[in-house]
Amino acid sequence: MHMKPPKVTSRGRRLAITLLCLWSQPAWTASIDERLAPCLACHGENGQSTNPEVPSLGGQTSPYLLIQLFLFREKLRRLDIMNDAAKGLSDDDLRAFADTIAKLPPPLPVADPGERARIERGRALVRQHRCNVCHNPDLAGRDNVPRIAGQREDFLIKTLREYKANIRAGYDASMADVLQPVSDADILDLAHFVARQR
Amino acid sequence: MHAAGISVSRLAASIGLGGVLAATAAVNLYAQQAADPPPPWKQGQPASVADSKLAPIAPPPVPTAADKLPLDKLKIKNGFKIEIYAAGVPNARTLRLGDKGTVFVSSRLQDKVHAIITKDGKREMKVVASGLHRPNGIALHKGTLYIAELSQISKIDNIEDNLDNPPKPTVILSDLPKDEPHGWKYLSVGPDAKLYFQIGAPCNICLPPERHSKIYRVGLDGQGLEVYAYGIRQIVGMDWHPTLKQLYFSENSRDWLSEDVPEDKLNRVTQPGKDNFGYPYCHQGNFTDPEFGWGRSCGEFTKPIALLGPHSAALGLKFYTGNGLGNEYRNVIFLARHGSWNRSVKIGGDVVAIKLNDDGTFRSMESFITGFIQNNNYVGRPVDVLPMKDGSLLVSDDFNGAVYRVSRTGSVATK
Repeated sequence: MHMKPPKVTSRGRRLAITLLCLWSQPAWTASIDERLAPCLACHGENGQSTNPEVPSLGGQTSPYLLIQLFLFREKLRRLDIMNDAAKGLSDDDLRAFADTIAKLPPPLPVADPGERARIERGRALVRQHRCNVCHNPDLAGRDNVPRIAGQREDFLIKTLREYKANIRAGYDASMADVLQPVSDADILDLAHFVARQR
Repeated sequence: MHAAGISVSRLAASIGLGGVLAATAAVNLYAQQAADPPPPWKQGQPASVADSKLAPIAPPPVPTAADKLPLDKLKIKNGFKIEIYAAGVPNARTLRLGDKGTVFVSSRLQDKVHAIITKDGKREMKVVASGLHRPNGIALHKGTLYIAELSQISKIDNIEDNLDNPPKPTVILSDLPKDEPHGWKYLSVGPDAKLYFQIGAPCNICLPPERHSKIYRVGLDGQGLEVYAYGIRQIVGMDWHPTLKQLYFSENSRDWLSEDVPEDKLNRVTQPGKDNFGYPYCHQGNFTDPEFGWGRSCGEFTKPIALLGPHSAALGLKFYTGNGLGNEYRNVIFLARHGSWNRSVKIGGDVVAIKLNDDGTFRSMESFITGFIQNNNYVGRPVDVLPMKDGSLLVSDDFNGAVYRVSRTGSVATK
């Protein structure tokens, strides 16, 4: 399976590599909050990411976080920086990270109000494709279905495109299935709307 | 639905069909008033569905510890018992038996195939292949393990002699479609010593591309690929009638049409290379799809031999030819229903026993193991069944990552 490398700025990459070094310190010397610090350096303090195509994690559901951390550890979801980060973590580590991250506050929608027509189109598409059924009417997610409300628009676009192209395999095929009839123009409007929900 | 059984299924289907027609009429009225109606197949969705909690249910990524398995919740008929065969088998899916007694277990969400061996009365688990993509389909034939991943089939010869240090699988058939939806495969070896597998529809409901929605067969060397049957949506269970030598398979029907229709199906291939089971035009043998069925008739297609409940996710099935469970179960089909997600009140979550007439047609269906659904939640989800040489029956559970064993408590009943 071919995967496009993540777009990370060179400054971001240097930072990430430095932080990964911090990651490898023995678990017994660090509290979960200390161990979480390198994660939040990229994913954002208070659960809100300011890095392009790096998702905000605040308010994310714990079961979804656990599944993603597991997929990264097992290299079933391929992204070098995350595969390295999750390498060697125990099942209990994964649970602890998932539970702790889930308690971060949900991200605030972007301040930019966006284009009204596209937002309305996105809102209609959410209902048409039943995003609101699994992700909940407020798009805050539940259980294994992630929160998407207020997620970074660029990350939503990237992820939806990857699902549609069968590049991001996912834990199961629900999203690839749902996106089969969705056009790229629709993906852009969906992301435009979802990123502005709270 | 499983409690009520098959007898009411036809009734439910006809009521459901009436409901669909009424909904369609209502929507046509609505569509005239609305400026921007939704696409046709999404019409008829009641507004209340927007707040529905229906979603596919993902199993936890790590298996349940043995002492936390829901054994006390599972109910089986009097005279039988159910126990843990193996715990800690991640995402346990298809079960297969080697000639030397090794039980092989596939996975859909993880990348490994496991072997379970019994040594001095204890079970030991080994990884026999890893780094695989959706290795749901596995089959054993004359000592060789065949593995069907999402887009290729490979094999490991003499697997039971190499459990500690198995070689990497050798690919025998590659370049199958890479679609994730319904891309995982079920694999079976036929009485003609050929591999049988399906390429499912890459969607819930659509006109599938040329290579999809078909059952294929291919030689054990990966040569001579041919279409065996047409018009299937997704299959996660196949087996061969012990005397008629015909292929029986479970088929999962489309979602989001209604709570009660269409039902999943039990099908039989009687005309290899010709049978068409109707997808996406006709569902459950008796009603046409609201979008794709116009201008078509269910009379064009091969009918199912039984309906197995709406959204019930009928998966693994095996003919039971042993006698360890009693004469009553000789030659019945044991079938695992994984359980629904696209339905408000969950159904399935059980293992049923299906009895056939001598000509291979459907006679009856009854519950065998129930209890995987508690208070409309899953405590486990059965995937596949495997008759063992000692007459017991194994059942896999991908939600808990476990394999159970069913056997008689007393002496075998004889007629």
